[in-house]
Amino acid sequence: MTDINLNSLRNQPDERGRFGMHGGRFVAETLMPLILQVESAFKAAQSDADFASELAYYQTHYVGRPSPLYFAERLTAHFGGAKLYLKRDELNHTGAHKINNVLGQALLAKRMGKTRIIAETGAGQHGVATATACALFDMECEVFMGEEDVRRQKPNVDRMRLLGAKVHPVTSGTGTLKDAMNEALRYWVANAETHFYIIGTVAGPHPYPQMVRDFQSVIGREARQQIMDAEGRLPDTIVACIGGGSNAMGLFHPFLDDESVRIIGVEAAGKGIPSGLHAASLTGGTPGVLHGNRTYLLQDEDGQIIDAHSISAGLDYPGIGPEHSWLHDMKRVEYVSATDEEALDAFQLCSRLEGIIPALEPSHALAFVGTIIGDMDKDQILILNMCGRGDKDLGAVLPMLEERGKL
Amino acid sequence: MTSRIEDAFAKARAENRGVLGVFVSAGDPDRETSGAILDALVEAKVDMIELGMPFSDPMADGPAIQAASLRALKGGMTLAGTLEMARAFRARHPATPLVLMGYYNPIYIYGVEAFLADAVAAGVDGLIVVDLPPEEDDELYLPAREAGLDFIRLVTPTSDAARLPVVLGTASGFVYYVAITGITGTRSAAADSISAAYSRISAATDLPIVTGFGIRTPEQAGEAASLSDGAVIGSAVVDIIADNLGGDGRGTPEIVSKIAAFVGDLAKGVAAAGRRD
Repeated sequence: MTDINLNSLRNQPDERGRFGMHGGRFVAETLMPLILQVESAFKAAQSDADFASELAYYQTHYVGRPSPLYFAERLTAHFGGAKLYLKRDELNHTGAHKINNVLGQALLAKRMGKTRIIAETGAGQHGVATATACALFDMECEVFMGEEDVRRQKPNVDRMRLLGAKVHPVTSGTGTLKDAMNEALRYWVANAETHFYIIGTVAGPHPYPQMVRDFQSVIGREARQQIMDAEGRLPDTIVACIGGGSNAMGLFHPFLDDESVRIIGVEAAGKGIPSGLHAASLTGGTPGVLHGNRTYLLQDEDGQIIDAHSISAGLDYPGIGPEHSWLHDMKRVEYVSATDEEALDAFQLCSRLEGIIPALEPSHALAFVGTIIGDMDKDQILILNMCGRGDKDLGAVLPMLEERGKL
Repeated sequence: MTSRIEDAFAKARAENRGVLGVFVSAGDPDRETSGAILDALVEAKVDMIELGMPFSDPMADGPAIQAASLRALKGGMTLAGTLEMARAFRARHPATPLVLMGYYNPIYIYGVEAFLADAVAAGVDGLIVVDLPPEEDDELYLPAREAGLDFIRLVTPTSDAARLPVVLGTASGFVYYVAITGITGTRSAAADSISAAYSRISAATDLPIVTGFGIRTPEQAGEAASLSDGAVIGSAVVDIIADNLGGDGRGTPEIVSKIAAFVGDLAKGVAAAGRRD
């Protein structure tokens, strides 16, 4: 007991996988034996130095970690307030933070003797990362992706195919991330004995929310050390975008007990919260049970899930990781939102001022940062998680910018 | 006093056969047709009805039941509407056991206490909630048992020796064995696997065991019912609805008559196959 701080916000979840009332294991009986196997394998790996060093090896030599913490001088001058630092996870191999988690889970699958991998993907970044790890570790890879996303994220579909993965377009429901997750879960139910499911975000049944967070927390641990090295102190504010919330949880978790650090998660407001066409589960949703966990969901008064809307395929999900729901209830993290249009403007701004073409997902975070950073003191520090690069979005973004006369 | 579920199994045993259960989604494709289908099932000598509570994201169901659920939702069905259908059914059919089957979220949003009170008042006998394993028993299982409803557990081919006691320790009503025969291939292999599963499960519980998933013909129904204590047929019945919709996606008289004929054949198949002991 001596090394456990009972007042810490970093000890969740409990043994049932609960973060307060959120989380849990709401899955069909078919999946329970598997989920228990994953949990015990994960626990064993956590206390195994060999596992940690193997993961660290690939993070350093394959992914390119640590990712830089870059002082964005021109954006800082543009906003005229606090110093803006970008945690550059878009420089990771495969172009986003997703690979951090995938390598952890793929190594875990390898330890469990599984050689067939299932994944769901929205923007395609998690699918590409999973296909990459499967190529690296000689595993079969099947990726479930909504057909709407297959259309708007074609470059990533091509990359997955090139890497040897089989992409299953999902036509049920609205053909987006939620339906891809339903289909991946169905496939796992039918192939439970042979396959490992690599979930891409901090959602799903226990232990996934915890496991994905722990693999992504490398972002926050590095950022904490890097800002201490650069500025000799902790940041005043940290900001990340949220769909399911894995990049945000990865950045936030190591800072949760630092009371002086303001933590902000930015959801996708789509065409605006009042329009109903958004993906902001915390701002515009209520607690419910979907995909193995209790969390805030977009749903109607009968408990039927409502389709999310966002310009960003990676944020287009009607739920959110259960730990975020808990942090929202606790009021430790502030959850806000940015619209499609605001994200588009931030996308262009970052490209022009910093020579960094951001993914649409962190463009939402940057859009919100633009509304607060100018009012902060010049000696204050804000860290934004630049969790992905925008190459994948060009096909969708360029016509919109041209249509608006902005390019 | 015995329950309707116990009575149904006792009656089938007395007639030297397994029970026949049929699944349909409440309100598929519309409320009126759905009510007529339930009447036809009783008329066709179904022993037990599993009434689906439609959900937008039925992640443990295949394409047929997914489509049924979405048709029902499109037709305006809600959980309140499902309970209303159950109440009306019970008023017309006092003896046939009615089990509500679905996912937790609509119940959670309706409110567990209100749902259980309304289900009991409607004359519902039991619940199957697919995404509530024993690990989450305090959510619905415990209050449901308290309210006097059976809570039926699913056992699957992945339920190993360590898992069976956890699942069966608190089961009530009957046990639903999910035989994924579509994957095991040939019928004889399926028969072997059902027999093996029956021995494994019955060693761990005294409850009757019914077999479901992947049963499509009267012969298969008879085989499954005679290798265990009963058979449940869902997709094959639901497919009849999908194949006979009116141009506007509404119900047709053919749906009801074709289901009546098909289920009548299922009942004959089950009767002809006899009992395991």
